[in-house]
Amino acid sequence: MRRSLLFIPGNSPGMLQNAGIHQADALILDLEDAVAPAQKDAARALVRRALQALSYPGVEMIVRINPLGSGFTQADITAMVPLRPALLMPTKVSGPGDIQQVVAMVAQAEADSGLEQGSIGLLPLLETALGIENAYAIASCDPRVKAIFLGAEDLSADLQAHRTRGGEEIRYARGRVVVAARAAGIEAYDTPFTDVDDEEGLLQDAALARALGFSGKAAISPRHIEAINAAFSPSPEEISYAREVMAAIAEGQEQGRGAVSLRGKMIDKPIVDRARRVLDQARALGLGGDL
Amino acid sequence: MNIVSQAVAGTLESNDVLVQVGPSPGGIQLEVDSIVLNQFEDQIRQAVLDTARELGVQSARIALNDRGALECTIKARVETALRRAGEVSP
Repeated sequence: MRRSLLFIPGNSPGMLQNAGIHQADALILDLEDAVAPAQKDAARALVRRALQALSYPGVEMIVRINPLGSGFTQADITAMVPLRPALLMPTKVSGPGDIQQVVAMVAQAEADSGLEQGSIGLLPLLETALGIENAYAIASCDPRVKAIFLGAEDLSADLQAHRTRGGEEIRYARGRVVVAARAAGIEAYDTPFTDVDDEEGLLQDAALARALGFSGKAAISPRHIEAINAAFSPSPEEISYAREVMAAIAEGQEQGRGAVSLRGKMIDKPIVDRARRVLDQARALGLGGDL
Repeated sequence: MNIVSQAVAGTLESNDVLVQVGPSPGGIQLEVDSIVLNQFEDQIRQAVLDTARELGVQSARIALNDRGALECTIKARVETALRRAGEVSP
């Protein structure tokens, strides 16, 4: 489960060594935008040595790699694959052809490292207008693609739109990414909320992302993790309602009733499926006592 | 790997180490300055020598200004500086 994904600059030793303490479900070690072009080699060596030496218990490791055409992609993949990160995040992905190129490099690196083919999954970052338009093709083009990720800052620039607190300019992109991911049977993750000091804005942004169907949200500040984790965890009310739904269904089945209602509303399959998901998630998070 | 030029890696930020590397007439000439020199000088020197050996570097002048870097950071910065200053032997 990835409710929160925290970006950590790949060339910052202090942030790398403390990255495991922030309660993020996943860390995205960044070799791309957070690293100056002249320091790409240094960041690659630092992330590699850190992943070999440090332990981050219970935290999933993702590495954001440089885009095709940057001249750094191959070196990033060659250095990172042997470390077996859970996922690599290819950047500025605009179509399935980009994924196929990355997949070929990852497959070769797996073979060179003696890893089983398919060990390393991909989390493409969609941050161009073309990438958003091709979201489903990207999400469904290869079994390595485990989720897709919306990057709003670069996307807004590509759209010639202004980033706003409410995110009106990325409303279409958010919907498109979620629909594409769900249609492909994978997860979708939302862009970070970049105003580190605007807690109310963060809460609204995270609540909106969850309501739209995103599975989690990225953060650029450790201070955002607690709020994001809370926003993407089932609330006590949701858990309580899900239990009532499952109890009503069980009672209906015992009594041989075809249709079951709860609080005056018919309980149909989507409601049961949602209740199951809520209870599964609560169980995985250790919430709600004995489930 | 032969060290043929001067190169630098790392920073003077907390938890980092600034590594300066250059050619040496023979052997590894190592200078270490660190905020934790009294406690960790031996470990820091060992990390540098291990990294040089790993890269096949037999001669180099290596100077460290350490701001409390972990061993993995020291090794990463030394590796980066040596690669930047080196050329692979034919």
